[in-house]
Amino acid sequence: MTIGRGTRLALTVAAAAILAFVYLPIALIVVYAFNSGTTPSWPPVGFTLHWFEEAIRNTGLQQAFLTSMAAALAATIIALVLGTLASLAVSRYRFFGRDAISLIVIFPIALPGIVTGMALSSTFSQVGIPLGFLTIIIGHATFCIVLVYNNAIARLRQTSATFEEASADLGADSWTTFRYITFPNLRSALLAGALLAFALSFDEVIVTIFTAGGVKTLPIWIFQSFRLANQVPVVNVAGLFAILLSVIPVYVATRITSSTGVAGSRV
Amino acid sequence: MAGIDLEVMDGEFFSMLGPSGSGKTTTLRMIAGFELPTAGRILLHGEDVSHRPPFERDVNTVFQDYALFPHMTVGQNVGYGLMIRKVPRQELDLRVGEALDMVRLSGYEQRKPSQLSGGQRQRVALARALVNRPRVLLLDEPLGALDLKLREEMQIELKAIQQEVGITFIYVTHDQEEALTMSDRLAVFNQGRLEQIGAPADVYERPITRFVAGFVGISNLLTGDAARSIIGQEGTFTVRPEKIHLAAPDAPVGEDEITASGRIREVVYVGPDTRYIVLLDAGSELVVTQQNLATSSTDVLAARGNAVRLVWKRQHVLPIKDGSRTEES
Repeated sequence: MTIGRGTRLALTVAAAAILAFVYLPIALIVVYAFNSGTTPSWPPVGFTLHWFEEAIRNTGLQQAFLTSMAAALAATIIALVLGTLASLAVSRYRFFGRDAISLIVIFPIALPGIVTGMALSSTFSQVGIPLGFLTIIIGHATFCIVLVYNNAIARLRQTSATFEEASADLGADSWTTFRYITFPNLRSALLAGALLAFALSFDEVIVTIFTAGGVKTLPIWIFQSFRLANQVPVVNVAGLFAILLSVIPVYVATRITSSTGVAGSRV
Repeated sequence: MAGIDLEVMDGEFFSMLGPSGSGKTTTLRMIAGFELPTAGRILLHGEDVSHRPPFERDVNTVFQDYALFPHMTVGQNVGYGLMIRKVPRQELDLRVGEALDMVRLSGYEQRKPSQLSGGQRQRVALARALVNRPRVLLLDEPLGALDLKLREEMQIELKAIQQEVGITFIYVTHDQEEALTMSDRLAVFNQGRLEQIGAPADVYERPITRFVAGFVGISNLLTGDAARSIIGQEGTFTVRPEKIHLAAPDAPVGEDEITASGRIREVVYVGPDTRYIVLLDAGSELVVTQQNLATSSTDVLAARGNAVRLVWKRQHVLPIKDGSRTEES
């Protein structure tokens, strides 16, 4: 298909405008985090690391950051265990309801967060589990499992089950086979899934609002502090943290999966 | 799968031959323990192993796709079974070395499977199974992925290794020639049923069903009217193509010989011998193979369309059962 010169120009301008619309506000947050003025205004007044100092000293922000880290780690670990087990069951065994399980595991990521949040919140209160750190972890784990599961099952589909049969044939029981054959082959896929799960959990807001009780995660702290004018520069710094802790794991995960695509064919 | 009753002798090279979907691989997988029989039992040296998992059976398998662990070296692959059994390091290294010697891959310990050719991978798979000294070695079309030359070499080598180690080999193949050349005995499978068991010469010379006659060798069948007029009996009969002589239409026929006249419909020249497809006057077709001892390709091809007389000894006519063996019994 050929595109006329005018059309091509128009498309380029439109694409640039869309990208600018998406990325400029994010770039601004980064710029204002280093801006010495107390209000976000263009052009920046000067360069400073003062807001970083203030952000690090801010106990509320500290607490929120640590809470988010801990919750994301815990949710990731739960997702790793359950996601791996589910992927092994679905890919290596036949049983009643196998296809349904696959759908059920993936479903939470498609479900609106607000519905998940509502449902979890009312369930927790009916069962009598007080909202707080624990309920945040459970809430996040529901959708973190999907990322581990999807990565693991894609890898398991690529590799033949004969490896596991060969291992059993040579005298290894199920656990030994998992340890020496299945897991080494699954490792990078699980790492990628875990990084994505961590990133997703770290910046999650909606489900967190419903399940947090009084506990503040970093996104909730940002959301609440954003409206206080004197906090704005510190919020920008917090925003920068949130960006880094979400973008870096996703970037690393993408690198792992794309490089193992090559490593997989080397197999 | 139905009514498979097999007994394999100790130290025997036993083949399971059949087209794909005939149940030979399923039988092998049941012996290995990857699949469980819904009925019946599997005995290993008199011991019932029907419901034991694969890792508790004293059998090892050479897989069709070799299933070498890609993240391990050749040495680690071969030593895997010994490592699982916690064989001490020194003995393990020694036995891995011996096993690699046996398949003529000494010094390949540090290579990765991806660095090997198809034939070499096949040998590693064999070494990995044999190093455990199983009671029975199961081989699932192990030569299927190799090209013809290499396959013929490996057939001879496999047979030699089997005689050297004295382990029972159960060998699955769809290649009738492979089964005939390598086996002490073979079983012919068709549609989940066992058609015939016997020594290669038995199965080839005396096929008992129509299927075996056709699958092991060329199916030369005489039925109905053709059987009545040529053999003088009702039923289905077979005669192997190399047992038939091509003679002139007026050639004399001996007392113990059977004859049929016809016309050569097609000539297929295959180098050492020639295949003649003869349309019989009695209405059937027979394939005749003749060695090209004194003839050239131009001679034999010129025979197309000629009227001929086919002659063979009465003892080479075999009555066979129609349909499958188990259906009749």
